[in-house]
Amino acid sequence: MEHAAGVEEFPRFETSKMGVWIFLFSEVLLFGGLFATYAVFRSLFVQDFARDHRELDVTLGAINTVVLLCSSLSVALGVASIQRGKTRPLKLCLGVTILLGFVFLVIKYFEYSGKFAHGIYPWTSSFFSIYFLMTGIHGLHVLGGVIALSLMLFWAFQGRFSATNYVRVEGTALYWHLVDIVWIYLFPLLYLVA
Amino acid sequence: MMSESAGVQAAHAAHAHHEELGFLRTYVFSTDHKMIGRQFLFLGLLMLVVGGLLAMMMRWQLGWPETPVPGMSWAPEPYMFEGIIPPQTYNMLFTMHATIMIFFAVMPIMIGCFGNFLIPLMIGARDMAFPFLNMLSFWTGAVAGVVMLAGFFVPGGHAASGWTAYAPLSASAIYTGVDWGQNLWNISLIIIGASSLMGSINYITTIINLRARGMTWFRLPLVIWSLFITAILLLLALPVLTAALAMLLADRMLGTHFFLPAGGGEPLLWQHLFWYFGHPEVYVLVLPAMGVTSDVLSTFSRKPIFGYRAMAMSMISIGFLSWIVWGHHMFLSGMNPALGTAFMMSTMVIAVPSAIKTFNWLGTLWGGSIRLTTPMLNGLAFVSIFVIGGLSGVFMASTPVDIFIHDTYFIVAHFHYVVAGIVFGLFAAVTYWFPKMFGRMMNETLGKIHFVLTFIFFNLTFFPMHFLGVAGHMRRIWNPLQYEFLQPLQGMNQFISVSAFLLGLSQILFLVNLCWSLFAGKKAEVNPWHANTLEWAAPSPPPHGNWGEHLPVVHHGPYEYSVPGVEEDYLPQTTPHALPVTAGH
Ligand code: HEM
Ligand SMILES: [Cu+2]
Repeated sequence: MEHAAGVEEFPRFETSKMGVWIFLFSEVLLFGGLFATYAVFRSLFVQDFARDHRELDVTLGAINTVVLLCSSLSVALGVASIQRGKTRPLKLCLGVTILLGFVFLVIKYFEYSGKFAHGIYPWTSSFFSIYFLMTGIHGLHVLGGVIALSLMLFWAFQGRFSATNYVRVEGTALYWHLVDIVWIYLFPLLYLVA
Repeated sequence: MMSESAGVQAAHAAHAHHEELGFLRTYVFSTDHKMIGRQFLFLGLLMLVVGGLLAMMMRWQLGWPETPVPGMSWAPEPYMFEGIIPPQTYNMLFTMHATIMIFFAVMPIMIGCFGNFLIPLMIGARDMAFPFLNMLSFWTGAVAGVVMLAGFFVPGGHAASGWTAYAPLSASAIYTGVDWGQNLWNISLIIIGASSLMGSINYITTIINLRARGMTWFRLPLVIWSLFITAILLLLALPVLTAALAMLLADRMLGTHFFLPAGGGEPLLWQHLFWYFGHPEVYVLVLPAMGVTSDVLSTFSRKPIFGYRAMAMSMISIGFLSWIVWGHHMFLSGMNPALGTAFMMSTMVIAVPSAIKTFNWLGTLWGGSIRLTTPMLNGLAFVSIFVIGGLSGVFMASTPVDIFIHDTYFIVAHFHYVVAGIVFGLFAAVTYWFPKMFGRMMNETLGKIHFVLTFIFFNLTFFPMHFLGVAGHMRRIWNPLQYEFLQPLQGMNQFISVSAFLLGLSQILFLVNLCWSLFAGKKAEVNPWHANTLEWAAPSPPPHGNWGEHLPVVHHGPYEYSVPGVEEDYLPQTTPHALPVTAGH
C-alpha cells in the first residue's frame, strides 16, 4: 500500500487478548479492595484473627488448593493442545478442569455447612465477616469460571476451535488462572494466619 | 463473546449493506456504536429530568419549609403528607438527586453516549473493538436504572444516607428506617459498575488498537484523550467501589460487620474506600466535558488549540494526581494532621494542571475569529463556570478554612459549579454533534435563548449559596427555619429556589429544541461546522460501518485551522497538505 506523507505505521496488539487482560486487571483491583480490608482488620483485631482462624479446616483448605492448582494445569494443557490444533485433548482438559472446579465448590459447600453447624456465621466475628465475604466472592468467581469453561467445552464439541482460532479458550484459561492465584493468596492469609 | 478483530470487522462491514437487520437488532439490541450512543443519550436525558425534578422538590422545601409542594398532593404517606415533605423524605431526595445525576445522567451522557458515538468515528474505526460487549454494557446500565428507580416504590422509601452512604448510617436499617431502598441502591450501583467497566474495556482497547492509518497518539482529538483517561480512571476506581459496596451490602443483608462499630467494624474504612473511588469519580465526570470544550473552542475560534501537548499532558497528570488526594474529603473525619497536610498539598497541586488547561483555553480564544454558535456559547460557559468551581475548591483544600466551611452550603455551591457546570459541556456536546448523530441541525435561535437563560439562572441559583455557606448554613438540612441564626437568610433561600425553578423551566426549551429538530430540523451537511476531525468526513448520520469501502487515512493533527497557505480556514485530517505540517502542533 502507498504511504501518504506524514503517515506512519504503529504496532497493534492482539485486540481480544488485550480486552481480557484489562478485565483481569480490574478483577485484581476488586480483590485488592478486599485484601486491603483484610489488612486493616488484621491489624485492628489481632486477637480475633489469631483465635478464629483455628476454626478453619486446614486440611480441606489444602486439598482445595491442590484441586485448583491441578485445574490450572489442566486448562493450560488444553490451551497448549489447541494451539497445536488438537481438539480431542482440548475437550478432555476442559472436562477435567470443569470437574475440578466442581470438586472445589463441593468442598467449599461442606466447609460452609460445617461452620454453620458449629454456630459460626458471617456475623460471629470480624474474622468470619472477612472469611465468608472473601471466600464467597471467590466462590462466585469459580462458579462463573465453570460456566465459561462449560461454554468453551460446548463450542469445542461444535468444532469451533482450531490452531488459528482459540483466543476464547485462551482468555477463559487466563481468567481461570487468576481465580487460582487469588485462592493461593486466600489460603495462607485465612487458614494459616499466625 | 468479545473477539472481533479489526480485520473481521472490516469484512463484516463490507457485508453490512447486504444483510438487512430487523427492527430489534437495529434499534433495541443493536451492536452499532452509534445506536448504542443514542440509547445512552436518551437514557441519560430521561434521568436528568428525574434528577432535576428531585432537586426542584428540595428547593421548594428549603424556600417554603413544611408547606405543600404544588402538584404533589397525590403522593402517598409516609413519603409526603398532603404534599408536605417530611425530614426522612428530604434525606431521600438529596441522596437520590445526587446518585441519579452522577451515575445515571452525567455518566451515561458524557461517557456512555459520547464515548460510544465519538471514539470509533474520531479515530477512524468501523466500530468498537467488542461490539457485543458494548450492547451488553448499555443493557446492564438500563437494568441498573430500573433497579435504581424501583427503590422509590419499596416500603421504607429509597436510600437516605447521602450519595456518599457513610457508615454506619448506611450500614443498618435502624438508623434511617430504610431497608430495601438502600439495598437496591447498592445492587444498582454494583450493576452500573459492571456496565461502566465493560465500557472502559472497550474504550481503552479500541483507542489503542483500532486507530486509522496515520492516527498517531498526538493526532488524537483532545476529546478522545479525555475519554481515554476517563476510561482508565474508571477501570482503576470502580472495582474498589464494587468491593466496598459488596461489603456494605453484606453488612445489611448477611449481618457481617465491616462498617458497623457495634460488632467490631470500622466505619472510617468505608470513607477511605468510598473516596478512593469518589475523588477520581469527579474527574471521570469532568474530564470528558473538558475534552468536548477543547474541541468546540478550537473549531469556533478557527484556531489551533493552544498547547495541544500541554493539554493532553495536563489531563494525564490530573488523572494521576486524582489518586492521591482522596483524603481531602476526610479532614474532619479524624485524621493524623501530618497526613492531612499531605492530602492538602497534593490537592493544591491539582490546581496546576487545571490552571494550565484554563490558560490554554484562553490562549486558544486569543486572536481567534470567534463564532458564537450555541455549542461555542456553552463551551465558553463551561470554562468560566469551571474557573469559579476550581477557585472555590482551593478554599476547601486548605484544612484551616475547610474546618470552617465543611458541610455548609459553600460546599454545595462549589461542587455544583464543578459537577452541575458539566451540563454546559453536555449542552455543548449535544448541540455540536447533533447534526452528525441525527443528520439534522438543531435550531440556533432556540439554542441561544436556552443557553442565555440557563447561564443566568445557573449563576443566580448557585452563586448565592456561597454566601449562605459562609454564614453557616449547613448542607443536608431539612428545614433551615428551625435554626434561629438562619432565619434572616430565608429571603436568600427563596431567591435561590425561584432561580432554580426558572433554571428547571428553561430546560424545557432544550427538550423542545431536541425533539423538534429530531424530526423537523434542517437536514445537516456532512461538515456543517467546517471542522477538521474525522467524524465530519463520514456522512451525517454515518451508516453502519461508518466509512464505506475504505478506512480514512489521517495526515495531520486535528486542529489545523487557519493554516497559512491553505485556502479554506480549516484542513480536515483526511486532507493531505503540501506544506510540512508538524504532527499535532
Ligand atoms: C438543576 C440544577 C440543580 C439543582 C437546583 C440542584 C440542587 C441541589 C440541592 C438543593 C441539593 C441538596 C443540598 C443539601 O440539602 O445539602 C443538591 C445536592 C447535590 N447535588 Fe444538586 N442540583 C442541581 C444539579 C445537579 C447536578 C447536575 C449534579 C451532578 C452531576 C448534582 C449533584 C449533587 C450532589 C453530588 C449533591 C450532594 C448530595 C448529598 O449531599 O449527598 N446536582 N443539589
Ligand atoms: Cu475530592
